[in-house]
Amino acid sequence: MDYLIRFSQSHETFRLPEIQALAVIEGVDLKVASYSLESPFCIVNLASEGDARRLIRRSILVQTIHELWGSGPTLEDVHAAVRERTPQFWERYMTCSFKFTLDSYQGSRSSEEKVRLIDSFSYLGFAGPIVMKRPDEEFILFEDWLWGSAVQGIKEPKHYYFGRYIATGARDMPKKLDLKKRRYISTTSMDSELALVTANLALAAPGKLMYDPFVGTGSFPIACAQFGALTFGSDIDGRSIRGDSGKKTLRGNFEQYGLLSGLGGMFTADLTNSPIRRQSLGTSSDGVQGRIFDGIVCDPPYGVREGLRVLGVRDPEKSPWVTSKGKEMYKLPDFIPPRKPYSFVAMLDDILQFSAQTLVDGGRLSFWMPTANDEDQEIPVPSHPYLETISVCTQVFNKWSRRLITYRRIPDAEVDQEAMKMWEADKEKLVGKTADELNPFRKAYFNKFEVEN
Amino acid sequence: MKVLTLNFLTCAVKACKSSSDSFPLHPKEAELAKDDVEINPQLLVNVLPRIDWAALRTTSTELGFPALPEQPPTAEELEADEKMLQELHSLLMETQIMEGKLVCGHCGHEYAIREGIANFLLPSHLV
Repeated sequence: MDYLIRFSQSHETFRLPEIQALAVIEGVDLKVASYSLESPFCIVNLASEGDARRLIRRSILVQTIHELWGSGPTLEDVHAAVRERTPQFWERYMTCSFKFTLDSYQGSRSSEEKVRLIDSFSYLGFAGPIVMKRPDEEFILFEDWLWGSAVQGIKEPKHYYFGRYIATGARDMPKKLDLKKRRYISTTSMDSELALVTANLALAAPGKLMYDPFVGTGSFPIACAQFGALTFGSDIDGRSIRGDSGKKTLRGNFEQYGLLSGLGGMFTADLTNSPIRRQSLGTSSDGVQGRIFDGIVCDPPYGVREGLRVLGVRDPEKSPWVTSKGKEMYKLPDFIPPRKPYSFVAMLDDILQFSAQTLVDGGRLSFWMPTANDEDQEIPVPSHPYLETISVCTQVFNKWSRRLITYRRIPDAEVDQEAMKMWEADKEKLVGKTADELNPFRKAYFNKFEVEN
Repeated sequence: MKVLTLNFLTCAVKACKSSSDSFPLHPKEAELAKDDVEINPQLLVNVLPRIDWAALRTTSTELGFPALPEQPPTAEELEADEKMLQELHSLLMETQIMEGKLVCGHCGHEYAIREGIANFLLPSHLV
């Protein structure tokens, strides 16, 4: 049966990857029949109404899903389809309460026109009471208008869809986790809508273990815990986890939302010197043993609003005293270890390598990375032989964008070992010392993305 | 920090990674707290294959919990064993280490835990 998904017309490139991920989580067989980034309407093929409900029940970007009775470029096409494909359904809705509504995307109709459109369906012969508030069934005629139709004097939408309402997505969930009402946030906390979408793409679900190596104030673990996962996180700056040691802490955020059962463990650590137990790649036969996480989600520091640093001394020969002082002092409780700027590209590689080592087979990595919109300054999507790229979603700002990239850990047996050798050799080539040398994005950002001649 | 987390953590010093003495880390002067968490059998069954059982036995003994069996239960055994589920739940999910230290059995480095947050940052001579 065909179903109509009514998306919200925002974060367009995230929408299809989100429902595809949800189909994996819910074990639903999903076939996409028609979809376009320019339209909020998407036709999918599903086995049952139950599948339709499950598919979208935790979707952030789907508004509603409907049993599709007919569609076409003219109203006559819709009626023809409804008459041809659905008479066997009509019987069921003869006596229940119902209502008809019109949903015009980028268009509007006068009330006379609305009545005319709705009355054109009178041949369905529904005889039950018409109830505007919570009827048993709702039938909706959707119109997809061309942008600016009113100004151009266009009189008809480019497409019609007609269907029976089934269910609503989880569009209210971002409000529950809204940053404006969260006790404890920082300048780089991810907004709740995109954090939840990230959690969906990484397949966060009850019983799963998720990890964020750049946890900050905990936006991603909170989103994952909202979907029932047990979450872990670390940050090189322990203060972000600890907060004010009172109510404004990462733990306090979990408390605020009643999600404490989803808080596994948070600790202070550096990804390049991670304490997480890891197995050498290619040594596990059962697809799990020695690997820990079902999902890794993160928004690593871009080196613009927050420094991109790892443990170590930038120039040990110029400042030998830093290391020797550290040797004497490191056992003191308030010792802060020195940190050095680090290569942005190397860090992306580190995240991929770490994920390959710690994700179970089929586990997912979803992380954010920035890039310039200018083609010549674009930073390529990083790759790893143990990780298959599932989707690349883009949120565009004025001169730069950030991408949410999702990978799937493939079983060891499917990995091209030659490619892995080349990947490791390429990683060795990355060198540099200053923040600008190390981070092409930072450099482009502070040059206002102007192309050098 | 949950005891479960401790089972995922080893010494952060790179030279220690190859030594089996660096895992598990040994709690020292540990102050424990207990969270009330609703038991989730599905989670425990999912967690089971990711646990290093020998390390968990060591940790359990060091924290003063009753000894765990020598071999881990299979997923089916665990699902059927109410008592084992409850014990593992209490140890892994409810018990928190709030203050104290984690000590590497290989290099002796001590990682401090404060307010339930362990600190694994290293001074530059150990990086």
